[in-house]
Amino acid sequence: MSVRLSSHRSFWLGAVLTSLLIACALLSFAWTPGSAYEMNMDAALQPPGSRHWLGTDAFGRDVASQILVGARASIAVGLIAVGIGLAAGLALGLLASARRGWTEEIIMRLADFTFAFPALLSAIMLTAVFGAGMVNAIIAIGIFNIPTFARITRASANAIWARDYVTAARACGKSRTAITLQHVLPNIASVLIVQATIQFALAILAEAALSYLGLGTQPPQPSWGRMLSEAQTLMFQAPLLAIWPGLAIALSVLGLNLLGDGLRDLLDPRLARTR
Amino acid sequence: MPLLEVSDLTIQLPTRRGLVQAVRHVGFALERGATLGLIGESGCGKSLTALALMGLLPEQAWVSGSIRLDGQELLGLSERRLCALRGNRMAMVFQEPMTALNPLHGIGRQVAEPLRLHLGLGRRAAQARAVELLERVGIAQAAQRFGEYPHQFSGGQRQRITIAMALACGPDLLIADEPTTALDVTVQQQILALLQELVAEHSMALVLISHDLGVIAQNAEQLLVMYGGSVVESGMTEAVFRQRAHPYTRGLFAARPQMLPAAARPPGHLPTIAGTVPELADLPAGCPFAGRCAFTAQACFAQAPAPRLLQVPAGPAPASLAFWRQPHVVRCLRDEAIHAGAPVTTP
Amino acid sequence: MSATQNLATGAALLKVTALQRTYQLPRASLWRPAAQLHALRGVSFALQAGRSLGVVGESGSGKSTLARLVMALDTPTAGSVELLGQDLHRLGSQQLRAARRHFQMVFQDPYASLDPRMRVERIVAEPLAHLGPPDAPAGREAVRALVQATLEQVGLRARDLDKYPHEFSGGQRQRIAIARALVTRPRLIVADEPVSALDVSVQAQVLNLMQDLQRELGLSYLFISHDLAVVQHLCDEVIVLHQGEIVERGAPHKLFHAPGHPYTQALVRAVPRLPGHIF
Repeated sequence: MSVRLSSHRSFWLGAVLTSLLIACALLSFAWTPGSAYEMNMDAALQPPGSRHWLGTDAFGRDVASQILVGARASIAVGLIAVGIGLAAGLALGLLASARRGWTEEIIMRLADFTFAFPALLSAIMLTAVFGAGMVNAIIAIGIFNIPTFARITRASANAIWARDYVTAARACGKSRTAITLQHVLPNIASVLIVQATIQFALAILAEAALSYLGLGTQPPQPSWGRMLSEAQTLMFQAPLLAIWPGLAIALSVLGLNLLGDGLRDLLDPRLARTR
Repeated sequence: MPLLEVSDLTIQLPTRRGLVQAVRHVGFALERGATLGLIGESGCGKSLTALALMGLLPEQAWVSGSIRLDGQELLGLSERRLCALRGNRMAMVFQEPMTALNPLHGIGRQVAEPLRLHLGLGRRAAQARAVELLERVGIAQAAQRFGEYPHQFSGGQRQRITIAMALACGPDLLIADEPTTALDVTVQQQILALLQELVAEHSMALVLISHDLGVIAQNAEQLLVMYGGSVVESGMTEAVFRQRAHPYTRGLFAARPQMLPAAARPPGHLPTIAGTVPELADLPAGCPFAGRCAFTAQACFAQAPAPRLLQVPAGPAPASLAFWRQPHVVRCLRDEAIHAGAPVTTP
Repeated sequence: MSATQNLATGAALLKVTALQRTYQLPRASLWRPAAQLHALRGVSFALQAGRSLGVVGESGSGKSTLARLVMALDTPTAGSVELLGQDLHRLGSQQLRAARRHFQMVFQDPYASLDPRMRVERIVAEPLAHLGPPDAPAGREAVRALVQATLEQVGLRARDLDKYPHEFSGGQRQRIAIARALVTRPRLIVADEPVSALDVSVQAQVLNLMQDLQRELGLSYLFISHDLAVVQHLCDEVIVLHQGEIVERGAPHKLFHAPGHPYTQALVRAVPRLPGHIF
């Protein structure tokens, strides 16, 4: 009983925080409290007040609006980068598992090779070489998501291939492709969903890191990472400027991790209960 | 005083449908050197009873009744005191030898562990004793193989190793939960013979759980037949097998493919027990077998049958006095009527 | 390719000749050649239509390997498996796929042999997807009707079509697995320990069902088991496998009553017996 309650708790908390993140991003398309782009040097470095709920930054831009619009960048990078990683990793993992032999060896060694490079540093290197910007950041982060999904797909898929119901399908004459799509994929979906939420959180962190270094989302598009970097020099004058984006990043990542944990608990015992 | 005395043991488990009784009013007594068999099918509560003896039930379980080991009450003991008893005075051997051993530790270390934990032996002393134990259970070249890992042994050998672990501290009570179900039949024979020898050597009490009538027949002198959490029939194995007073016991015997001494081809269908075991929450309030029993009467649903002592049938006196120790008890409202030839109520 | 073969009287449904399967083990050392595991060392037998052949043996005897080779899920190192006169391992992939309708398999673990994510209807209908016309039923309705009829044959009901495997007990799942094996109306069913994971009373129900189906549909069984009593009950003939070879064969009740080979004797002796029975 207590296990289910706590997993429900993490799931709901995570769901609430993640929904908040998405809501902020969607809301920013329709309305923001102030303007995230308009500079107003008279109103620079204002503390939180009735006009600017979270204050203003060094250029007089409304911080609250920047947080809302910055959510867009985080989500965009998260979604697309994880999407790339999932699509390519899933395909490679399924192929490796279905064909075994040399195909599996080559794919897994390529994944190992990519894993050998520290993901964030390599993303920095790629964006530094190919130019800063959100698109390159997405591609860089996406590439380093591929081996994670490939490995996890292959491991889970191998376990499914060993099951009797797959042998039964082979005994019916089903092709490997059909078995992969009809039997393997639905049975590993829950593992992938959980991994995707975790990778989403990591992608948000990576985007923040790249923007902090000036390599991710470029001005004037607001980004939480860059807000942190800009607030750094003003730490003693306006400490709150660093807190808001930091809090936004922390809550988003926490929310996604809790969502992933909760999903893992909710999805797996149901499968285990088939006994 | 019997080594183990269980009375009115009732275990309730929380399920999606509320609290259900998984074990109902189980009681038995076991002397040193005796073997008690628990027989029944999936869901009858035999494994739960064994876990209750060891204090290994899940936290959410509600247990009531009494379990006395040498006069000491086990239910309600703190975890610390139970830990001191487990592996030391009572030990358990499980069904799956593949998963009962830690794959990352050498077998010698695993056998030595209870020695170091409970008897406080130093590393060398524990190692020497562990080697002795391994040799006793039939692991050849135990000293050289001390550091090897479980995956380097066969299923039968792994089960021998778990038996060595269980015996390390010389327990008074050994519980074996389907110890040979996962093994080949020739290996099963060897393991059961080993258990018999060890029980005799150390004067241990053995609780042997199995679904196999043959295993129980050859290895247990007393027996409890369980169904739906209750003990439906109990007594000396010989008596129970001969009389089969309870309809479930009879059904269990009849459903088993057997070969009689005559070399003729056996008849076609096996007689079966109608229906399937209902979920715990759906068991009838009275006799758990009501509804599936071919002799069910209306009263069977409402009233839980009280234990009834069966008369010992007249005949030549049995060889051992032990026969007199365990009465033959059956829980059935209609067993006399059935015995007298009452017709089936549900064909 | 002929879909139906008329068996001449006396011709075997399944004929296995000198079947061998050797596996290469991973190398223990770089300098020595890899060791070999001889799972099957030349096994031959024949199974007539409508009869059951039991295969008895312990772990390492090669009975699972034999099942896989007969089901053409693995290729032999030597020897042949002939079903209805066709050598299964020499058929092209299309022909083999078409031939699979004549032989199906039932597995040991009722909890692992059904895809937990599929409903019963889809599970039982799976073998039908690979039958080409004119044998395949056309359209969803026809398929559903056939699946329902097969489920009723194994003692389940129409409303079980839309349920998931986890809603059934072990015995019922095994019935679903048997229905899946029956749906293409095969001639041969290879049953790999089909009742070993079931309780005694449930085992009896499934064995009765298998006997009835054999009588009604003229099925042949290749029944693999470690349980001598079950084999003796169901099978007309039995072969005893030991370390990849057949050490003895014959009618079960005669063989187990008076075993000739020492291994068979050891097997029979090891079965725990009730007083007054052989086992």
